[in-house]
Amino acid sequence: MFKSKRNLLAAGVLILLIIATATVSLWLTFPPSHIDPNERLLSPSGKHWFGTDHFGRDVFGLTIVAARVTLFVGGVVAFLSTALGTITGLIAGYYKKAEFIIMRIIDGMLAFPALLLALALVAALGGSVTNIIIALTFAFWPVMTRIVRSAVLQVNNIQYIEAAKTTGTGDVVILFRYILPNVLSPIIVQGTFIFAKAILAEAALSFLGVGVDPSTPTWGTMLQESQVYITIAPWFSVFPGLAIVITVLSLNMLGDGLRDAFDPHKKNQKKKIKTPFKNKKQKYA
Amino acid sequence: MQYTIRRLFSLIPVMLIVSIIVFLIVHLTPGNPAYLILGEDSSQESIEQLEIQLGLDKPLVIQFFSWLGNVLTGDLGQSVYSSEPVSQIIIDHLGPTFSLMVIALVLTLLIAIPTAIFVVWKRNTVLDPTFISISLLGVSIPEFWFAMLLVLCFGVAIPIFPVAGYIPFAEGALNWFYHLILPAFVLAAVEIGLVARMLRDGMLESVNQDYTRTAKAKGLKERIVLIKHVFFNALIPTTTVIGTTVAGLLGGTVIIETMFTIPGIGQLLIDSIYRRDYPVIQGVILFIAAVYVLVNLLVDLLYAVLDPRIRYD
Repeated sequence: MFKSKRNLLAAGVLILLIIATATVSLWLTFPPSHIDPNERLLSPSGKHWFGTDHFGRDVFGLTIVAARVTLFVGGVVAFLSTALGTITGLIAGYYKKAEFIIMRIIDGMLAFPALLLALALVAALGGSVTNIIIALTFAFWPVMTRIVRSAVLQVNNIQYIEAAKTTGTGDVVILFRYILPNVLSPIIVQGTFIFAKAILAEAALSFLGVGVDPSTPTWGTMLQESQVYITIAPWFSVFPGLAIVITVLSLNMLGDGLRDAFDPHKKNQKKKIKTPFKNKKQKYA
Repeated sequence: MQYTIRRLFSLIPVMLIVSIIVFLIVHLTPGNPAYLILGEDSSQESIEQLEIQLGLDKPLVIQFFSWLGNVLTGDLGQSVYSSEPVSQIIIDHLGPTFSLMVIALVLTLLIAIPTAIFVVWKRNTVLDPTFISISLLGVSIPEFWFAMLLVLCFGVAIPIFPVAGYIPFAEGALNWFYHLILPAFVLAAVEIGLVARMLRDGMLESVNQDYTRTAKAKGLKERIVLIKHVFFNALIPTTTVIGTTVAGLLGGTVIIETMFTIPGIGQLLIDSIYRRDYPVIQGVILFIAAVYVLVNLLVDLLYAVLDPRIRYD
């Protein structure tokens, strides 16, 4: 029960955040363009919930508007990595010849810490929203390929797939109609985790000053700007950071919950853990 | 032995792909690298001169093999910024990064292992879901933000830790440790949650194994069963996590070193990116990937020693 309630909460937070960012122009009292030199670095109050920054902008408004770019980057990276990883993973798992080449390339890419690979790519391509998306997709899709491939290898020998092969069903149909639905759950779970990781990575890159252009508000660029003022205006640093934590935590919880929900093995295990010797007792009872 | 040899051979394709990726990253740069290095006001002549110096006038494949040949002999090229050999620059920056990573790794294991044992011991209490939530929170906090908060707490509000700088080990071990403890803790924070979670999952699996039941049936104390039978069996799969932990720490050092102004590999990389010093960027990234591949090799070999059932296939 506790578990499912937690998942519900995580999903609720995410939906609320998406609705809030989508409708932001309708209800925001102090849009980020509202600059007031008389109200620089004010602490949180009834008027400015999260305080103001060094231009006198409302930090609450900035945080909400920044969510838009951050969620967009995270979402697109999650989608693209999932799509690329699924296709390459399906091919690598199904065709023995392609497997060797694809998996060697994937092994090579996984030899870099993901953040460093993204950092190097952004350094080469230049910082912009598009390039961040390209770099992060490149950094995160190899993991997906590996997961999809091993899932495909597990279902590859199941009878109905053998049957489909012998009846002369085309490879594309087998891959997308028979295999893909069976490997969907690890894909969804991993996709959720990539979403979370992409948000953290985007923030880190922007914070280091190699990511999104500093004039584009994202949680990472806000934190970078706020760093100088941390001792006199800690709220400017605390709230965008909290926004990252809450969003990423919700995504991670959702991924964790989905993994347990999809995994029948895990469910049985959970029961066993609570009463490790139950079976034995039942036998003798 | 056969496993060791085959595992060593499997490194060749991986390192080849790694070097291709590292090489291509720099050549992906839109526009002319020589132009980017020299800036907009440079003359056509000086650009051409630098192109020849960097070998940019030759076809890509030739460039790759001559670069690879140099790399194999330990020559990573010259820094465009300081004209020093890249390999020397990397060696100069190794000390701080190595210190930081060792302390972070020790902290990770020192905190994660007892935590996991304690959680499994009290597995039927509210401690277990609480632990899972905290470890999830650990991987959800951006490292640099956590560092900012710690600096605010322990550097500004209650100034008990230094928030910047690095003292080499040779100039006093205590001072060295004192300057690294805060950055190392931030670096370890994420990994603690991951390693402890992995250990907990592994231990919960062996709690249900027959040998655990036998040990309990023999009348051994719960504590002894947990440590002698459950923990050591769970430790074997957990060694693989050390590989990913090192990767996480390597990625994290870039951020942490920049924040705490520790002159290590990570800060070198960021500085070189700002200076568009491509040979150094290339060298550092290749070096980090090589270290990571080697650590994974060692972990795999260790794993095979610990668990004789593991064979290459």
